[in-house]
Amino acid sequence: MDYSQFLMMPQEIGLLAVFLLVFLYDTFMPRTTQRALPLVTVVFFGVYIAWAFLPPAAGKCFGEMFEASNATWGMKNILNIGVFIVLLQSVKWTNNDFVSVRRGEFYELILLTLLGMFLMISARHFLLFVIGLETASLPLAALAAFEKRYYESREAAAKYVMTAVFSSAILLMGLSLLYGACGSLYFSNLAFGISAVNGINWMLIVALAFVMAGVGFKISLVPFHLWTADVYQGAPTAVTGYLSVISKGSAAFAFMVILVQVFGTLYQEVWQWMLYALIVLTITVGNLFAMRQRNLKRFLAFSSVSQAGYVMLGVIAANQVGMASMMYYILVYIFSNLAAFGVVMAIENHCGKVTIDDYNGLFKTNPWLAFTMMLAMFSLGGIPPFAGFFSKFFIFVGAASTGSVAIYVLVFIALVNTIISLYYYLLVVKAMFIRQDECAIERFKSHWTERAAMVICVAGIIFVGLASCVYTSIVTLVEESPNLFMMI
Amino acid sequence: MKLTLLMYLIPSLIMFGCGIYGFLTRKNMIAMLISLELMLNAVDINFALFNRFLYSGNHEGMLFSLFAIAIAAAETAVAIAIIINVYRIAKNVDINQINKLKF
Repeated sequence: MDYSQFLMMPQEIGLLAVFLLVFLYDTFMPRTTQRALPLVTVVFFGVYIAWAFLPPAAGKCFGEMFEASNATWGMKNILNIGVFIVLLQSVKWTNNDFVSVRRGEFYELILLTLLGMFLMISARHFLLFVIGLETASLPLAALAAFEKRYYESREAAAKYVMTAVFSSAILLMGLSLLYGACGSLYFSNLAFGISAVNGINWMLIVALAFVMAGVGFKISLVPFHLWTADVYQGAPTAVTGYLSVISKGSAAFAFMVILVQVFGTLYQEVWQWMLYALIVLTITVGNLFAMRQRNLKRFLAFSSVSQAGYVMLGVIAANQVGMASMMYYILVYIFSNLAAFGVVMAIENHCGKVTIDDYNGLFKTNPWLAFTMMLAMFSLGGIPPFAGFFSKFFIFVGAASTGSVAIYVLVFIALVNTIISLYYYLLVVKAMFIRQDECAIERFKSHWTERAAMVICVAGIIFVGLASCVYTSIVTLVEESPNLFMMI
Repeated sequence: MKLTLLMYLIPSLIMFGCGIYGFLTRKNMIAMLISLELMLNAVDINFALFNRFLYSGNHEGMLFSLFAIAIAAAETAVAIAIIINVYRIAKNVDINQINKLKF
């Protein structure tokens, strides 16, 4: 065996090293030093991020099952930044009396799921893809059940694991039909097999629909979103933040790679229209349900369903501009959503309040938390000059770059929905700044790690939009990855 | 009589359909898990079948079903653990009783 192949996957190797170090620390260090475990993980992960930013290796390895390109390198680094913020946010929560016994497991499972997502992003064979997908979704079920003292957490985990296994069974069925039709599971062989088929092959269409349903579950597109709100509400807030940005972002990228590389020849006739319907449903239903939520975590769940619809606008473009704008959207979404979750988590850790009405008069007592939340809401809603405006702008440009009239209509529907979404994002701002309450949350000082995470998020919200070099470098990364859009 | 691909394929598809039907109609979480197992096993049969009848030159499908079996086992283990976890508090595995989180 040629061991030099491992040089193709520096990010995975580095992540595995961090995982092993954390695991050894958790297992062998004396009890008195265990309290430092979260910070040790954060430090290891910070060193690893610097390592992951080293110039990318490009090429294929392991019998062409695994591909490293500039685009996958960029996507993995975006996810790394998000995970770093999540790790920083969770330090205080994992040190409380109820969770601290199991805090090692929390960090190990988070790192392992990230490894699964990396495999998913880089896979060019469906076997590796399925293994990555399962590695990414099964530990998340265990993480959702992490807060064992609350009944809600257990119920959320039960709902998550049932729907996850159901969707992966659907996905596997789709893959078996695909294998039956084309005789291979390599993305490249499948693409040639599909392009050789004349006319409409119903087995392929069914396989495509099953694959879209299976992966759509991970991104929580609308007919497959029913688990989202319950799981987001019941799971511990650190896990909810992780689920809503990291898990969703990686699945969206992998989804685009599969649709473009494997089903590229079916784009015009088939999957463009399937995705069209999914996007319209996702954005609209997500918005309409978000309006009536009183629990902030549930509210953010439906907001993230509708944001997933916007991410899919980059996929439907199926060209380099679309992919670059999708990656940029995910980066901005990581900062804005994690800022919102950071505030929710700081307040929940302090007094356990999570409904919107509890936030009445927050600006009077905790101006900085209210300010961070306001920036996050403005960015999610897409108000200039924050990053959310630019990411929405670029994703609309990406979708419109195909030039087809139907997609212009889609962009218009998305625009109208942006206005609807402003209404409910501003409801939260209104509660914090305008409405008054005698029993508002009292003034408190959040843990320094939570504050550090919020500072990173706020800096991201303000500067990622204004610094044009971020978008330009993402575009360069995608343009340097050849063969991605060969089949369209 | 010679057995053809279709004579194996139809039972496997029926099995998959039964799995979906069971998952959607059963109220007991363990029964739902059994239905999920049926669906996953139908997939394994499918892969082995297509490999044996259509593409007997390579072993990609057989390998995939081996991995799929391992994945199914892992999924069942996690699901059972979580169901037991719920049962300890709710004293019940009926999904009509486990509905505290809803819109």
